[in-house]
Amino acid sequence: MSTRMQKIVIIGATSSIAQATIRELATKDTAFFLAARDVRKLQAVTDDLRARGVTVHSSEFQASDMTQYEPLMETADTTLGGYDSVLIAHGVLPDQIECETDTAAFDRAFTINATSVIQLATLAAQHFELRGSGTLAVISSVAGDRGRQSNYAYGAAKAAVSAFLQGLRQRLHKQGINVVTIKPGPVRTPMTAHMTTGALTAEPEAVARAIVRGMEHGTAVVYTPWFWRPIMAIIRAIPEWLFRRLTL
Amino acid sequence: MSARYESWGRYPQAQHQVHRIDWRHLGLPSAACKEESILPFGNGRSYGDVCLNDGGALIDCAALNRLISFDPDTGIIEAEAGVTLGDLLDFALPRGWCLPVSPGTRFATLAGAIANDVHGKNHHSAGTFGCHVLSFELMRSDGETMICDSESTPDLFGATIGGLGLTGTILSARLQLASSPCGWLDSESVRFANLDEYFALSQTSDVEYDYTVAWVDCLAKGEALGRGVFSRAKPAAQVAPQSELKQPRQWSMPFTPPIALVNRFTLRAFNRWYFSRHSDTPQTECVPYSKFLYPLDSIRNWNRIYGRKGFLQYQCVVPTDSMRDAMAALLDTISQSGTGSFLAVLKVFGNKSSPGWLSFPMPGATLALDFPFRGATTLSLLDRLDDITRAAGGRVYAAKDARMSAADFQTAHPRWEALAEIADPNHSSSFWRRVTEVA
Repeated sequence: MSTRMQKIVIIGATSSIAQATIRELATKDTAFFLAARDVRKLQAVTDDLRARGVTVHSSEFQASDMTQYEPLMETADTTLGGYDSVLIAHGVLPDQIECETDTAAFDRAFTINATSVIQLATLAAQHFELRGSGTLAVISSVAGDRGRQSNYAYGAAKAAVSAFLQGLRQRLHKQGINVVTIKPGPVRTPMTAHMTTGALTAEPEAVARAIVRGMEHGTAVVYTPWFWRPIMAIIRAIPEWLFRRLTL
Repeated sequence: MSARYESWGRYPQAQHQVHRIDWRHLGLPSAACKEESILPFGNGRSYGDVCLNDGGALIDCAALNRLISFDPDTGIIEAEAGVTLGDLLDFALPRGWCLPVSPGTRFATLAGAIANDVHGKNHHSAGTFGCHVLSFELMRSDGETMICDSESTPDLFGATIGGLGLTGTILSARLQLASSPCGWLDSESVRFANLDEYFALSQTSDVEYDYTVAWVDCLAKGEALGRGVFSRAKPAAQVAPQSELKQPRQWSMPFTPPIALVNRFTLRAFNRWYFSRHSDTPQTECVPYSKFLYPLDSIRNWNRIYGRKGFLQYQCVVPTDSMRDAMAALLDTISQSGTGSFLAVLKVFGNKSSPGWLSFPMPGATLALDFPFRGATTLSLLDRLDDITRAAGGRVYAAKDARMSAADFQTAHPRWEALAEIADPNHSSSFWRRVTEVA
């Protein structure tokens, strides 16, 4: 790490994974610009950083509102006086059953999980191209590695994000800009509170450490916990004639 | 059900519905409002059943782990309920402050420390944790949230400190930190040959040292009854060399063995070795707070060494007048039984009273040690220890207990009925039902 203060923009700052990542980064010399939908949650996260003597700015942000993307990234830029990295961490877990018949519900979730993420990533990329450096990290999911009947409304959006980031990473690589795709498995958060947790469920703190490490090293794809990399390699390798018979 | 929702002694086991609370402004999760019996849960560091609510629901408060404000001039910190004491200490030390009181583990939460009104090695100089709590935010199950302090809500304040989570869910608290200019302690350890030497050492040391505690060889008998190693410490005058600041090695007990690894053979061998490696002349050392306060935390999940059946910790206090004889009788009973733990702790409490109605400490001596759970044998041994404690006019620590009788609890805490009166109608615990719902 350089000794200069790092300036980071975090979108979806009140998610459990984002909060844990912020906690990790706060011990290193970091200034934050945080964006989230719920102002009171955002206030709680901001208060925590202020009490620790950390420089932090915050802004309310609705990922469902496409008119907010550009103003948000501009505000972040002017408030921080440029930024070194961006972490996009917002998302929703849509009801798969509802999405199978209600196209509007699918659309709402897809806008938040995919369209908004892709547009914000594009804006961050433009910023980094102008300054010739930067790190963009985006929380995708192992669910985007292969569509499954139990959650393909979520998985399809994450697949779109992952594919978009692959291309973006290739394009920006020669300019020294890192694009980091984070692929967590299930994590113990309020988003997954209704699901039964098993041995494969990770704690947000462990995922946060992997994110910070990935951002520091410019890792292309971070599976977290690590064992999801071989597991997903196997799942991706299952031929479709067999996969369609499975109940995964 | 995940192993997260058990107590540190892993006995008794309980079944719960669990609801998490992630934001203090959102109040109780709607599903939790429908529950008939709820109990806030922090980090499960109490030993018996005060943190369990068998057949009912737990409100997991661990995600409430944020700071709210800190004033570097006054050392007043406001933090959410689930912040651990270790996190508070790590935050405070570089800023010239430390915890006013800390129990033997850094993993206890702020609200848990209030609900059990925990004490530490500095009880004789600082009192209990509750003595340093300025106010807290308490959420009742009817949705009302209120700020409690000793002036505006003296009853709820006193009932909640040491109130075992029964008065509502603590969402946040304001705490007065203690000043700690350099963050290190000058510590000293010295052996004592028997109980009388212990009490003499304790009396002289408590005047000069903020922190005092003793390890006692729970198997020693006869002339050597109550022999052990006395530790005392006070804030260091100057900062020790930075090179020593490196983190101590973190060990971990990776699995739970089928049977307890603590038995009379390992215990005898350990106690002999531990006693012999200390000297009769005081050995001094400059140590970080955490090394002095939390020696057991260097082995993660150490509670697993007691095997699948878990263990019972016994901690009692006996009043000053009877402490010499009562302590001798307790130690004699334990050494005759040939059971106990590697760590048995002896400490003399001070006179500072707590605002908590059901606070455990009283002026006198306290003994704490673990017993691997071996069914009726263990329970009857602890009953005999209760007999001695009761006869001496002492009491047993609820935060460590899984089996004391309702009569003993009610006699030791005459204000339990006042707590029952003010308790939240929807809050209960396995412990509370055990010690109050007896005909």
